[in-house]
Amino acid sequence: MTDAVATSTRAVDFSSEAARRHVRQRYRAEARFRLYGIGAILFAATALVVLVGDIVIKSIPAFTISELTLEVEASAEAINPDGSTDPAVIARGDFVKPIREALLARFPGAADNRRQRQQLYGLLSSDAAVALRREIVADPALIGQKLTVPVLISDDADLFYKGYVTGTETDPGRGIASPSATTGDITILSSANDFSDELVAVKRALAAEARALRGERDRLRELAVGNTADLAAMTERLAATAAGAADRATLEGQVAKLTSDRDSLASTIAGYSARITDLEARYDSAGAVETLGADQPSLLVEINGGVVKATEVGNDRISGTVLIPLRSADAAAPGTWNALLLDRPEAARKVSDQEVAWLESLENEGLVSTGFNWLFFTNGDSREAELAGILGALVGTAYTMLVTLVICLPVGVAAAIYLEEFAPKNRWTEMIEVNINNLAAVPSIVFGLLGLAVFLNFFGLPRSSPLVGGLVLALLVLPTIIIAARAALKAVPPSIREGALGVGASQQQAVFHHVLPLAMPGVLTGTIIGMAHALGETAPLLLIGMIAFIVDVPHGVTEAATVLPVQIFLWSDLPEIGFQAKTSAAIIVLLCFLFLMNGLAITLRKRFERRW
Amino acid sequence: MDAMVKEQTIRSVPSEGFRPSKVVAKDVDVYYGDKHAIKSLSIDIPERSVTAFIGPSGCGKSTFLRCLNRMNDTIASARVTGRIAIEGQDIYDTSLDVVQLRARVGMVFQKPNPFPKSIFENVAYGPRIHGLATSKADLEAIVIASLKKAGLYEEVKDRLGDSGTGLSGGQQQRLCIARAIAVSPEVILMDEPCSALDPIATAKIEELIDELRENYTIVIVTHSMQQAARVSQKTAFFHLGILVEEGPTDLIFTNPKERRTQDYITGRFG
Repeated sequence: MTDAVATSTRAVDFSSEAARRHVRQRYRAEARFRLYGIGAILFAATALVVLVGDIVIKSIPAFTISELTLEVEASAEAINPDGSTDPAVIARGDFVKPIREALLARFPGAADNRRQRQQLYGLLSSDAAVALRREIVADPALIGQKLTVPVLISDDADLFYKGYVTGTETDPGRGIASPSATTGDITILSSANDFSDELVAVKRALAAEARALRGERDRLRELAVGNTADLAAMTERLAATAAGAADRATLEGQVAKLTSDRDSLASTIAGYSARITDLEARYDSAGAVETLGADQPSLLVEINGGVVKATEVGNDRISGTVLIPLRSADAAAPGTWNALLLDRPEAARKVSDQEVAWLESLENEGLVSTGFNWLFFTNGDSREAELAGILGALVGTAYTMLVTLVICLPVGVAAAIYLEEFAPKNRWTEMIEVNINNLAAVPSIVFGLLGLAVFLNFFGLPRSSPLVGGLVLALLVLPTIIIAARAALKAVPPSIREGALGVGASQQQAVFHHVLPLAMPGVLTGTIIGMAHALGETAPLLLIGMIAFIVDVPHGVTEAATVLPVQIFLWSDLPEIGFQAKTSAAIIVLLCFLFLMNGLAITLRKRFERRW
Repeated sequence: MDAMVKEQTIRSVPSEGFRPSKVVAKDVDVYYGDKHAIKSLSIDIPERSVTAFIGPSGCGKSTFLRCLNRMNDTIASARVTGRIAIEGQDIYDTSLDVVQLRARVGMVFQKPNPFPKSIFENVAYGPRIHGLATSKADLEAIVIASLKKAGLYEEVKDRLGDSGTGLSGGQQQRLCIARAIAVSPEVILMDEPCSALDPIATAKIEELIDELRENYTIVIVTHSMQQAARVSQKTAFFHLGILVEEGPTDLIFTNPKERRTQDYITGRFG
């Protein structure tokens, strides 16, 4: 007995060096694993923060909008020339004319020149009169009176106020400024070197331009070197071939082309060199007067209630054209006049200096207010960037999701219950199960093709409607819900089913009264996954026509509509900066919609959750 | 082997006065796929008394019990032949509604399985789906009566809205018994009802069974011979799918006729 004990037990020495090393290695491995885990989470979190942050920052311009507040005379000639009392006729009146007149009254200098008048009216949005119309239609007795109404401005004007058109730098005048006249081409002298900063800025711009040109010229010189080599080689080949050879003609053509390339390169390089020399000369000469063209930053002087655009600038003087007539030619005290530098040259922006002058003037008079852009949430899509809104897409998405849910949830759950509880287990049901699993993996665009062929062409359902969109998405989501529901039903312990059957419940009663409520959390999880998938689907909806430009908000599931992902896709294609910001804002709205949908489903799931 | 099978028709003298048979089984065979689980079994279950099925694990006693309320129908590969009649009516007849059968023949399972609903709902579910109550007050009366009969009412009377799964094991099993008797069955089948409970809870349930047998026919499967001896009036010994011996409990335990029964009772195998 003692022998067995002696040989069968082996003492393990946990305090030996080897054992301790093992322990240390284990600790190190665990620490490493923890580090990997934290690293993975940090990586994912950083990616998320960067992505969401980028979208949020890009979307900020879309959430604010600037409006003018003008005092408008709601003249009867424009709005209601026939003196009718029919509200429908009044609503069709010309409400834009009184607003234009109000604007023109502010800037009478534009009255004589037709082109300038058009520029001035261009500051207004095409829907500028919407507030005025609303007020008049609500109370026609207001016709003929002076009203203060908010007026929408064009998207370029709005972008100017947000600072996206050009950066503006306002320097209050340090010296006394003396204008030479009130209109036309005038000179303004300053008692201090007020314009030196602007002059420096202009010179810096010149230097930058010279630098860019130098880079271009160097690039062209490299091309010329290559061209020379090619030309030499080609000429040699030409000389080497016989006079009557077949490829002589092509070779001669190529030589001619290379020669003409060489000449044009040479002339371009020469032109660049000349301009570079000229720019550098201007840059180097100190104290001289600089000419400001359309390719240089603009300098505007606000003085005596008017605005002057400088065409020549020196340290203490400018000469230029009057954009807004001055009140008087008196000298202006220091601090009462400003020099305004616009760093983006006029040629590079969509808002001209004249328009900037008007806009600045309106802002200085306190007529411009910036507020939250509720239009984004109350308007449908539009060609004008300032008027485009998300309401149409939002309602379209809501209708489509509703149709999808109403179809796929009952059908999916019923199919899962039948397959799991009632169907006989034979080859047919196995085949169905395999096919359902495969359907879950089919690319979504195939469902779009199916929708096009069956729902639109065969059944003739209305194109681009939430009904068809919902049907297509329901088919897409159905396999997911069936698979999740079946898994949830399988997970209910058989003891519950047996308990119900033992009390005398039928199979159907046992399933619907006992098994299904316990499987609900799993079913709802599957629904969340499926619906979130459907919410972001774009490809199948494009195929059934939801790519159309829909302006109206849909009122039913059979009207043409668009959905949020498609709206994002359409807006992202448009070049205006206003639309770029709106794309990001629409993405945020889509994410919020998703969170809301998921939040609802999670609340429902928590309510159904029971412990057994 | 065949001789022993033929000897199954031994009729034992009832020790408590003659009771007519409630359930009569004749030549019942049960197959699970190819496996022959119950071989040509015939037995009578007397009414309003407790019949115990004993035997080693896997001998088919639970299988046969589940045949009596057709719970084997839920198993796809199960096949039952022969005749089982309750008060003369063949329960495997195609014209018989199996749902109503299960209301007449209730079942209590080995592991307590109350529904994850309130105590009240647990007991009220059966009467509700069978339409046994005409009004809300009626339903309440049935629930309270069932809970009283199961000996649970005093303990839960002020928390009928609490979840049934929050009770202790013994209370849960009594709840399941209350649930079973709420539909006024004629037969109650119990499949090892105390095997998951502690001795005190077991004693309470055995006491309950003794009270219930005045009104219900009870068939209990147990692997505890002491329990069978305490609780039942008739005992049947199963082995490898065959009914080896059946008779009054005291006779079976003091003077069994079959060698195998003797061996099992004395603990030689099982």
